[in-house]
Amino acid sequence: MDQTNNTISPTTDRAVQPQVEKLPANGQQPVIVVRGLTKSFGEHEVLHSISLHVKKGENLVVLGKSGSGKSVFIKCLVRLEWPDCGTISILGKDLDSLNYQETNDLRIRIGFLFQNAALYDSMTVRENLAFPLRQHKKRMSAKKKEALILEMLDNVGLVDSIDQLPSKLSGGQVKRIGLARTLILQPEVMLYDEPTTGLDTITAKEISELIVKMQKKYHISSIIITHDMICAGITADRIIILRDGIVYAEGSYAQLENSQDEWIRSFFDFSDNINTAQNATGK
Amino acid sequence: MQPFLHRYQTFFHQAGDLTAFMLRFFREVVKPPFEWREIFYQCYLVGYKSTLLIGLTGFIMGAVLTIQTRPSMAGFGAVSLIPGMIAVSVVREIGPMITALICCGKIGSRMGAELGSMRVTEQIDAMEVSAINPFHFLVVTRTVATTLMIPLLTILTDGIALFGGYLAMNIHDVTSLRHFFTAGMAHLDFVDIFPAVIKSFFFGYVIGIIGCYKGYHASRGTESVGIAANSAVVASSLAVFIIDMIAAQITDLL
Repeated sequence: MDQTNNTISPTTDRAVQPQVEKLPANGQQPVIVVRGLTKSFGEHEVLHSISLHVKKGENLVVLGKSGSGKSVFIKCLVRLEWPDCGTISILGKDLDSLNYQETNDLRIRIGFLFQNAALYDSMTVRENLAFPLRQHKKRMSAKKKEALILEMLDNVGLVDSIDQLPSKLSGGQVKRIGLARTLILQPEVMLYDEPTTGLDTITAKEISELIVKMQKKYHISSIIITHDMICAGITADRIIILRDGIVYAEGSYAQLENSQDEWIRSFFDFSDNINTAQNATGK
Repeated sequence: MQPFLHRYQTFFHQAGDLTAFMLRFFREVVKPPFEWREIFYQCYLVGYKSTLLIGLTGFIMGAVLTIQTRPSMAGFGAVSLIPGMIAVSVVREIGPMITALICCGKIGSRMGAELGSMRVTEQIDAMEVSAINPFHFLVVTRTVATTLMIPLLTILTDGIALFGGYLAMNIHDVTSLRHFFTAGMAHLDFVDIFPAVIKSFFFGYVIGIIGCYKGYHASRGTESVGIAANSAVVASSLAVFIIDMIAAQITDLL
């Protein structure tokens, strides 16, 4: 896991906030590059000139309090929200230069796990997983589709739930099925919108470990939006903290945990479980 | 003054938005891939699942119309004209209108609530980010289903209403089913049947598209699902009346 980045000196003053994207020094092309992303709703500016990058195979965790613009940021990456200004490049494609069809072609290569998994509640688990395949893998045989569905369900440990409706599943199971459905198109980039929200500590830890497992198995680059420190501790290679719409701080988990800034440290203070979680994954 | 102006602005904004949504349907409906499976499923939900309600309503409507009309017609000694009167009024106006209004309540509200719920729970967004066109999959299929099924339901309503009229006729008089239908059909002309069928296609289209529009544009929050369902019924019922008025004017010119 990469822990070479330095913590940016935090400041709340937007005028002097550096907001300069630091590309990898080793010349490796990042899979996601965001430059100067700004988004407002009416008079309220939610994101102010956000710049960041994600390297291939890296898990970037975006932390921040509720309302800090984390979800808006991640939705801008898949064009569910349109930024006011700034550029986004994913897998070498500049989103602004893409038409509708090209955007959809890129979306197939990006997985997005919603906060509540957003399973289609009129479909069974099997149909939920089969739906993207039916749309995008028309030439794939029914046998191969079934095998892929079973493989994905096996990944998340829920093969037995294949014929159940989402309403019959627990919160943790719904998240797992949501993850399986997202992974079924074998994306190169995964975006997680608060994957552990609303789950108990144990299930949250299981989901976080599953995210790392899937990342390693399928070599996926991820952005994980969360305010759950257990999830951040388990999944993060690098962490960015948003505050009032700006990148307030950036660094590894250990760097931010030992930050001089009291506000940053306040994220890490309240949970005793983090060290345990970190020890479990060797971070 | 300010809220009044704001309300006007909102109305015109929504009207413009709805028009764009309706036009988008015509662009998307011809685009492949055609979701036949979903269209057939929606046809089943809209058509087959509504037959009992539509049939019962049509039967009662025909019977009540006959029972209520008979005393006046008997006063003029024109009981023999009842089948013709029932046939003309049911086929031209009452059948299509009652079918459309029932479908506004049953189907329009279902579509508003279903799509509203999908919007609130981010299922529509999930389709979008999976590169699946939610408009094509959800709106086009449902609107095609209502456009095709409501004319069929209207024909069913007309038939059952005439049968109800026949049974009600036999309360006081004696007539055969064959005679009742023959007498009824003798008063029907091409200009009675054709515009009624055509307008029921328009009824089906507006019920589907307005129900979908309201659900598709539901705001975030559970309350908006109820609002979407409710406003889908109100707006589509109003649209049905407006189309009926326009159709009546056009038919009058024929």
